[in-house]
Amino acid sequence: MSVAQTVPAPTGLLARRFGPVGSLALALVFLAVLPLVLPYTSLAGTVLVMGLFAAGYNLVFGYAGILSLGHAAMFGGGAYTTGLLMLKLGLSWPLAVVAGAVAGALVGIVFAALALRTRGIYFAMVTLALGQCGYQLAITFADVTGGDNGLRGFVAAPIEIGGLVLDPAQPMVRYYLMFGFAAVALAGLARVLVSPFGMVLRAMRENLPRARACGLDVRGAKALALALSGLVCGLAGSLYAIHLSTVPVDTLGYHLSGQAVMMTLLGGMGTFFGPLLGAALFVGAEHLVSDVTEYWQTVVGILFIGFVLFCPKGVWGTFEGARQP
Amino acid sequence: MDITLDLVLQQAVTGLALGAVYVLVAVGLSLIFGLLTVVNFAHGAFFMVGAYAGIATHEYTGSFLAAGVAAVVVSALIGAFSERVLVRPLYGRGIDYPLLLTFGISYVLVDAARILFGRQGLSIDLPEALQGGIDLGFGYFPLYRMLLVAGTLVLLALLWLGIERTRWGLIIRAGARDPLILRVLGVDVSRVWLAIFAFGAGLAGLAGILAAPLRGATPEMGDGVLVSAFVVTVVGGMGSLAGAVVAGFGLGVAVSLTTLFAPAFSDLAMFVFMAIVLLVRPNGLFGRAGLLS
Repeated sequence: MSVAQTVPAPTGLLARRFGPVGSLALALVFLAVLPLVLPYTSLAGTVLVMGLFAAGYNLVFGYAGILSLGHAAMFGGGAYTTGLLMLKLGLSWPLAVVAGAVAGALVGIVFAALALRTRGIYFAMVTLALGQCGYQLAITFADVTGGDNGLRGFVAAPIEIGGLVLDPAQPMVRYYLMFGFAAVALAGLARVLVSPFGMVLRAMRENLPRARACGLDVRGAKALALALSGLVCGLAGSLYAIHLSTVPVDTLGYHLSGQAVMMTLLGGMGTFFGPLLGAALFVGAEHLVSDVTEYWQTVVGILFIGFVLFCPKGVWGTFEGARQP
Repeated sequence: MDITLDLVLQQAVTGLALGAVYVLVAVGLSLIFGLLTVVNFAHGAFFMVGAYAGIATHEYTGSFLAAGVAAVVVSALIGAFSERVLVRPLYGRGIDYPLLLTFGISYVLVDAARILFGRQGLSIDLPEALQGGIDLGFGYFPLYRMLLVAGTLVLLALLWLGIERTRWGLIIRAGARDPLILRVLGVDVSRVWLAIFAFGAGLAGLAGILAAPLRGATPEMGDGVLVSAFVVTVVGGMGSLAGAVVAGFGLGVAVSLTTLFAPAFSDLAMFVFMAIVLLVRPNGLFGRAGLLS
């Protein structure tokens, strides 16, 4: 493949200082110790799910430079698929989670088919509308999805792996079961990012006309990026369904799409660890502020405005950039 | 229920009124984008601010006219402040950052409305003179909705005249084409941009108070309208005023008629239309290719 000659050597693709393996290790260690240091295991679970969501979103937004505002459709699509398969077909939860991830990828493909006809800001607006379409679908078919009340009534049964019975009803067991799925997804993401395809994504972000002039299949790469992003975000949504044992309709809402952008930007877009850190900061801020006042949106909004104005590289992006020679 | 021609016409008028609101919001969005290349995600919040400012004024003064003026002034002022203080430092830093920033602004404004006016939402009654219906010979139509459509059309005609026939309009058209040359010619472009942002926000605020008697006001009322306005600009063609007008009224009627024939799908109708238009004409009905690439 001739890609290697068209973009700089793969150093600094995942992280400048940490390298691809180091970044992945950092992310996995971070998630592994999270439930041990946070006061509630459920809080750690929310960080894990949102971190995975932001990491999947980052593939499109941070690496390929495509702003999507409809990623809630992939997250919610995964969550509802998992919930419905367990509720209506009695599928075991690990299979339902895998199916949810696939559903997220399918949503990504639908996005690619419709929205990739447009570019730039136009693309952002079309994805926003498509995302809202997903929300309206859930409201319209309330007899299947539960409408405003969300999807309820499914239970993740214990599973047995080599004689060891793991019961998701126990918070710690549930967390590390989710962690297993997330670790596989993050490792896959890291692998994709060091592949030639990962370089194509960055080449598109840096200079789209040049990438096209180099003979790269820009539209195909974008479509694949959306599908892979959908796979990860769908998985995050599926895990959210297991985490909460319900699927709130907010998982399809416009604000969750916005939250993906915020978390990624807070942590540092285009860095591997940034979205996880951003998710931890976002969920943490939401948790702390909502203890003090119910109007946490104001605080988060002002924080976000401040980051856009003064720290557009995000916490981790600034840290990594500072360490770069 | 029998679907008569009368009913269809009534529903079409309701749709036109809905479309008028879309158009007012979308025209401001389109103007701001056309000149500043800022996709204003706070536009739905300005819509909401207009509704609340109007209702609060109405409670003190009892005048619907004063409510309208207050809606425009307050949302235009907040718009001007946002542009001058927050958006302006971001020019030249790519198209994503202003968008993200205005997204943050909408978060804060929506929460501010919750703090000031509560989560429940407010309502406003029409003055008696505007209530009731009017007999047009072929049917009986709600007066306020007719006035809303007529007023929007008059406003659009004035806007068109202003852009095509006045010196200010000349500057706006020149600024949309090439702000650098305009600056070389001695026009303070940043003031034009400030004025356009405030004007667009004011239009959104006006739409907010005009829609309030029909649907009430809640802090989140702008979210749905923003998405609808985006669909309108996408269908009409980004940056095209004519497109925004045609698509706004067209989608309003389409949504309204879907409510009549297939109520369950009324909320989805708009997105189906958008998908069809995108498949046939990716740049929208009146859009030019390459405007945004």
